[in-house]
Amino acid sequence: MDMLYNILIDPFVQMVDAPDFLIQVVWEGFVAGVLYALIALGFVLIYKASGVFNFAQGIMVVFAGLSLVGLHQKGVPAWLALILAIGIMAILAVCIEKFVMRPLVGQPDIILLMATIGMTYFLIGLGEVIFGGEPKQMITSELGLPTGSTAFEMGERGLVILQHIDIAAAVIALLMVGGLAVFFNRTRIGRALRAVADDHTAALSVGISLNQIWAIVWFAAGIVALATGIMWGARSDVSFALEIVALKALPVLILGGFTSIPGAIIGGLIIGIGEKVGEIYWGGLVGGGIESWLAYVIALVFLLFRPQGLFGEKIIERI
Amino acid sequence: MFYREAGQYKTTYAADQQIFPIRQDRIGIGVILVLALLLPLVASEFMLSAIAIPFLILALATIGLNILTGYAGQLSLGTGAFMGVGAYSCYKLVTIFPEVNVIVHILLSGVFAAAAGVVFGLPSLRIKGLYLAVTTLAAQFFLEWCFIRISWLYNYNASGAIEVPGREFFGTLITGPAAGGTTRYYVVLAIVVVMTLLIKNLIRGRIGRQWMMIRDMDIAAELMGVRPLVAKLSAFAVSSYVCGVAGAMFVFFYLGASEPAVFSITLSFQVLFMAIIGGLGSLVGSFFGAAFIWILPILLRVGLPALGVDIAAETVFQVAQMVIGALIIFFLIVEPHGLARLWAIGKEKLRVWPFPYA
Repeated sequence: MDMLYNILIDPFVQMVDAPDFLIQVVWEGFVAGVLYALIALGFVLIYKASGVFNFAQGIMVVFAGLSLVGLHQKGVPAWLALILAIGIMAILAVCIEKFVMRPLVGQPDIILLMATIGMTYFLIGLGEVIFGGEPKQMITSELGLPTGSTAFEMGERGLVILQHIDIAAAVIALLMVGGLAVFFNRTRIGRALRAVADDHTAALSVGISLNQIWAIVWFAAGIVALATGIMWGARSDVSFALEIVALKALPVLILGGFTSIPGAIIGGLIIGIGEKVGEIYWGGLVGGGIESWLAYVIALVFLLFRPQGLFGEKIIERI
Repeated sequence: MFYREAGQYKTTYAADQQIFPIRQDRIGIGVILVLALLLPLVASEFMLSAIAIPFLILALATIGLNILTGYAGQLSLGTGAFMGVGAYSCYKLVTIFPEVNVIVHILLSGVFAAAAGVVFGLPSLRIKGLYLAVTTLAAQFFLEWCFIRISWLYNYNASGAIEVPGREFFGTLITGPAAGGTTRYYVVLAIVVVMTLLIKNLIRGRIGRQWMMIRDMDIAAELMGVRPLVAKLSAFAVSSYVCGVAGAMFVFFYLGASEPAVFSITLSFQVLFMAIIGGLGSLVGSFFGAAFIWILPILLRVGLPALGVDIAAETVFQVAQMVIGALIIFFLIVEPHGLARLWAIGKEKLRVWPFPYA
């Protein structure tokens, strides 16, 4: 009975007792969720256009952040470093298209997945050789991002502290999703991207260049990675540990559906908030640290009921 | 010419169904086994403990993953965790029943890994592909968490690590820090050879064919009377059993002591690489893949400074990582079916040599 009370009732009593703490926890989860969503967004872009499950998105985030900070440390001004970092992501995109994707056209999914894992290894090594392995401080203030925090009084119930950078992250994520939506629906290249996503052969037959589209889509994913890298780096340091965190994008995608951009956002928020709330209110019962696997279990349960995700386009192959 | 079965007549069913029906194969296997037995005579202690032993153990783990991913077609990213289950249950068994022979414990510990594999394999009845990979990731992170949080698993040790006690096998010390490299090598070799033979037979038999049917087309397999439930879960069980035994051996014969970080997702990826580079659905490929992924970085680490490329030890490690990443992509482009396919092509060429084709 005691156990049941601890699981079913006590956490909610705590939530009602300290609403400011609950809001703080949900906010923390929300911000983590925005970052998961940004990583998942990169996955979705590439999955939609080429059907490749891009494992290297996590390391692309690290690599983008590292090149930005690394260039700044070499004495390049922040705005120029930002432009150069975008340029590096463009070069990376072209290289990936030319040396990895093009030779592997038409291979089974698992081979393409493995190729992106190989890319992950390569980029980790390259990043460490060029920039060194130690964590780096993100140049938040130099980029003109806010660094302060605001405390909201909640009457006599205490106060909630919001970091400005987190708000900026949420706003930038929102702008980015909006921009991508416009790009996909309103521009010529965006339509070509969707055509490629629908059917490679049909797209080729109406004169769309697959190679060009793939380079563009990897570049777009690179830009998303750069934004993610900046936001993540501002919260903690830019380090290779992020690579494991990026795996969280998988449950996010299962929740949201592999092909849906809004799904990536909503899935990210659900996972982010769910795991923070779960960790704070239920984690203590089993010794804490459940954040590392709770997301996967949420995804697992979700798979049983809605395998195509919240916004997925089609039913996945069921057995 | 060198590798031709012409003239080797089979006069009994037994001869027709033996594991290696071609005489050259039998000779080749015999030569490799003799070389493996003679290796300690020429190899240094370092080569045995740092290269040969982990190579054999990881090859066994790769075989385990190959059963699941290569033969039964179920993608798994949780190999490291299943190896961990084997290692931790072996440690518990050894400390609870110290009087029982350690080899028995190692073989038994796989049973626990198999149980874990079946539990986390249950979702495979409903989903497959990348979606299944996520459920195995859940296994990976959940089990890793268990190794850290459940202190009963490491006997409430303050360091949170497990240390292998010294155990004897017919009077010779085979585990623990005091055991010699040569002894451990022979024990590992014996277990790996016997298990590989058993698995080879399993795959040739009814159950292995069922796995391959499920892999190639699950619906057709079901229509032909293969029960997906039994086939898939048995693949998970056997695969996890082999991985569990490999994990127990990894700690008991190679590392000597281990912490949860050993069985992290990095190990899972490493074994998956070995399976794919070697060739999915090939036992000999598992050995090739393990050799490639395990020995190449060591060669690079030793070889690059020797070639006169003067760089810091840390940089060598990073360059090795880059080279491996690039080589993985290169191999996937040149030969997506792995080293085993190259091996098969080589055998075909030998068959018709000196002519380009028969």
